[in-house]
Amino acid sequence: MLKINDLRVNYGGIEAVKGITFEVPEKNIVTLIGANGAGKSTTLRSIAGLVKPSSGSITFEGQELVGMDTPDIISKGIALVPEGRHVFPDMTVLENIKIGAYLRKDSLEDDINWVYSLFPRLRERSWQLSGTMSGGEQQMLAVARALMSHPKLIMMDEPSLGLAPLIVKDIFSIIKEINKQGVTVLLIEQNANMALHTADMGYVLETGTITLSGTGKELLADESVKAAYLGKKNK
Amino acid sequence: MSFTTFLQQCLTGISLGGAYALIAIGYTLVYGILRLINFAHGDIFMMAGYFMIFAMASLPWYIAIVVVLIVTVLLGISIEHVAYRPLRNAPRMSVMISAIGVSYLLQNLATYLFTALPKGYPEIPFLKKIFQIGGLSASFVTFLTPVITLIVVYALITLIHKTKIGMAMRAVSKDYDTAALMGIKINRVITFTFAVGSLLAAIGSILYFTDRMTVFPFSGSLPGLKCFVAAVFGGIGSIPGAVIGGFILGLGETALVAMGYSTFSDAFTFVLLIVILLIKPTGLFGEKTTDKV
Repeated sequence: MLKINDLRVNYGGIEAVKGITFEVPEKNIVTLIGANGAGKSTTLRSIAGLVKPSSGSITFEGQELVGMDTPDIISKGIALVPEGRHVFPDMTVLENIKIGAYLRKDSLEDDINWVYSLFPRLRERSWQLSGTMSGGEQQMLAVARALMSHPKLIMMDEPSLGLAPLIVKDIFSIIKEINKQGVTVLLIEQNANMALHTADMGYVLETGTITLSGTGKELLADESVKAAYLGKKNK
Repeated sequence: MSFTTFLQQCLTGISLGGAYALIAIGYTLVYGILRLINFAHGDIFMMAGYFMIFAMASLPWYIAIVVVLIVTVLLGISIEHVAYRPLRNAPRMSVMISAIGVSYLLQNLATYLFTALPKGYPEIPFLKKIFQIGGLSASFVTFLTPVITLIVVYALITLIHKTKIGMAMRAVSKDYDTAALMGIKINRVITFTFAVGSLLAAIGSILYFTDRMTVFPFSGSLPGLKCFVAAVFGGIGSIPGAVIGGFILGLGETALVAMGYSTFSDAFTFVLLIVILLIKPTGLFGEKTTDKV
């Protein structure tokens, strides 16, 4: 569904992504794991058109995305839940949810109810200003907002960052639930353990290149992944 | 001073304040979206004055007003396109310098095209009609200005809080990248903002110049500065703030004139600026800076 071919991105004078190639098959959960500065966020941001790649191609359902503006890419059915949540702090929860459907012209009623059923907490708080909510609630809101555009592919940039372990569990079960309902997921994580348990496929990114790939299970069993990302010593 | 004189002065002050408020909103709107002080705003206001002179020379007043509104909006949009858009990713200081450049360009263009001599502002018959309410008498425009201001402000606040484009404006004012991720076309929202700001400047210009009767190339610079102060006083970025700032400025100036200190009426504005910057630098309703540690 999404194919990245030899993508290179320069960011602030350095080559942050050095020619990566990977694929996100339809209806899968694919994860990119890697340490800080490996180029994960840059990859997602270039898929969404927020960063212009220096070379390479990104195709979505056969269509080239490189060179397109962000709103046009979004209109193809891609949504990005940005790192650090970035909800609109002085809008209410409901307004944040509605703005996620900015490009849609049909009735939103059913979908608002759908995201409320995924995140009952948000329904309780629909009139609260989102800037006053806790980090976990804001993360739920950011996911709900992204879902409102009816994306075929939802990309999430470190959804577990800075959240309590229990809430992280919630977030991951929601990710699985969203996927079950037919949305393809591209997930970026530092929490490699959770991410690989959730994902069908994983890629390990190190300083701008993909060093390993495989199914979630394969990567979980891989010795070097264990040592570098799962905190388990080689015996 | 009799009570009637007092009321008469209040009316004058509110009317002047209304015109100031309309211009101040233009500063505040653009700042809210672009974080840019559009120094050319006062000169757009001045150009709207000239447009009216030429439009009225050959058209009946009701068509002339529409023409002036449209042409002023086009001027505002083209300034954004030519002078600010290419600098979208440049440091903020560069855009500000560009704004100052546009301001001088418009002033000098006006001097070149229309000479520096003041030109008579055409009379719009119904606006100049003398009206009497009780002991108060003033031209219709004096009564009309505050009313128009309040209607416009109400319409604008409704636009921003109840419509889709308003929602997009609020999103863009917070975070360009995230707004783009919602599918919002940032440049379109910015163009729209400049259109609204210029429209208000054009309305303000008609109301303001009808009372003052002449336009010259620099007649936008002092009102422009004053309205910028009004916007800062109310808290730049806040529409109610700009309106209240405008009214306070208008009333204060008129009060000084009425008390016989007309020499100081312009100084009042800047004293007000100094005082607010010392006491509450973000202005009355300014955004609180939420720097999380």
